[in-house]
Amino acid sequence: MSVSYALLGLLEQHPNHGYELKRQYDEYFGRDKPLLYGQVYSTLARLVRDGHILETGNAPGEGPERKLYAITAQGEEEFSTWLADPVTPEAHLQTILGMKMVLALLLNRPADAYLDAQRHAHLERMRELTAQRRTAPLIDALLIDHALFHLEADLRWIDLTTSRLDSIAKELKG
Amino acid sequence: MTQLPPRPAVQPASALITGSAVPAPLLSCRDVYRSFGATQALRGIDFTAGAGEIVAIMGPSGSGKSTLLHCLAGILLPDKGEVRFAGERIDRLSEARRSALRRERFGFVFQFGQLVPELTAEENVSLPLLLARVARNEALGLARPWFERLGLDGLEGRLSSELSGGEAQRVALARALVADPQVLFADEPTGSLDSLSGELVMNLLVDTARERGTTVVLVTHEPRVAAYADREVMVRDGRASCVALGDAA
Repeated sequence: MSVSYALLGLLEQHPNHGYELKRQYDEYFGRDKPLLYGQVYSTLARLVRDGHILETGNAPGEGPERKLYAITAQGEEEFSTWLADPVTPEAHLQTILGMKMVLALLLNRPADAYLDAQRHAHLERMRELTAQRRTAPLIDALLIDHALFHLEADLRWIDLTTSRLDSIAKELKG
Repeated sequence: MTQLPPRPAVQPASALITGSAVPAPLLSCRDVYRSFGATQALRGIDFTAGAGEIVAIMGPSGSGKSTLLHCLAGILLPDKGEVRFAGERIDRLSEARRSALRRERFGFVFQFGQLVPELTAEENVSLPLLLARVARNEALGLARPWFERLGLDGLEGRLSSELSGGEAQRVALARALVADPQVLFADEPTGSLDSLSGELVMNLLVDTARERGTTVVLVTHEPRVAAYADREVMVRDGRASCVALGDAA
């Protein structure tokens, strides 16, 4: 699912073709797990079907992979909503939060405000768990503590990323 | 938990601050600036806390969160802006009146208990009452129930050097609450404690505040401590970044 949003975000910069979208995706998000060409084109086809992007002709060169895609107004709205919505707090979110930060900085969106909203969502979840733990049997409290420590790790990442936003933006934009 | 006796007779708030209207919020500041030499610690910060509310102030080191707490408590005066308690400007009060306000309406817990080393635990807890001119026997009588309540039974006669960190912090908590303050200011109250002791202190702090309707202003950099609060205020570069409940849903 996040591959669709990543491609939408990359297309918000300017129209592009599948080969170049795959190259950008792999550079920013796919270092350990590059996208397969089949996944790129199936995702683009689905985005076309849903009206989030459209085909706008061909880039210079030969072959079907030169087909150019552009984001639609509906696609921009879908992407903006996804980008600003905090991710449901759970353990091991760094991949998707990291993707959101890269896209926000590439597109000059308010990454710091997104991180504040994510921090708030995390603290809300921690509040719920803390309230549960106060009346929970010890065996349940152990499991809640495990979740709390993972959420706390996410929050440390959020704080560190907040303090490094300017540097990350400079690196991304060369 | 044991029930605590009713609060000792102290001056009404109206004797400390002019006016009698007590609108919500109980404690607030608006557009507050505060510098230390060339360093601007607070840059136009706003803050509110309602009666009985527990608010966590979070932020990185040097963000201004402790300076904000000190301004809200009337320990520091802002260079600009206003601080209100129970609807009245406390930044305009004389030092003597602010001192009386802190003594009789506010309680304080800091990272290191800051108990008076020459006094016993029991005398430390009764200290705010003695300063409010409550008779010594009455003050000690009001202090004693806190030892059972906070799991400190049998430690009444110990000096602070004879207490563990967690015990000393619970004594400090009892001292902060014994005069039944309207606002408890807690600055990194678990910062010097291990996880278990910190959890015990926070559970006791929150239980007591809820039961007594005490407003708590809690400065912390620890998310697990902030998670005990009703909401959080992020301070960054001397400014507040508030996210209202539900905004991120």
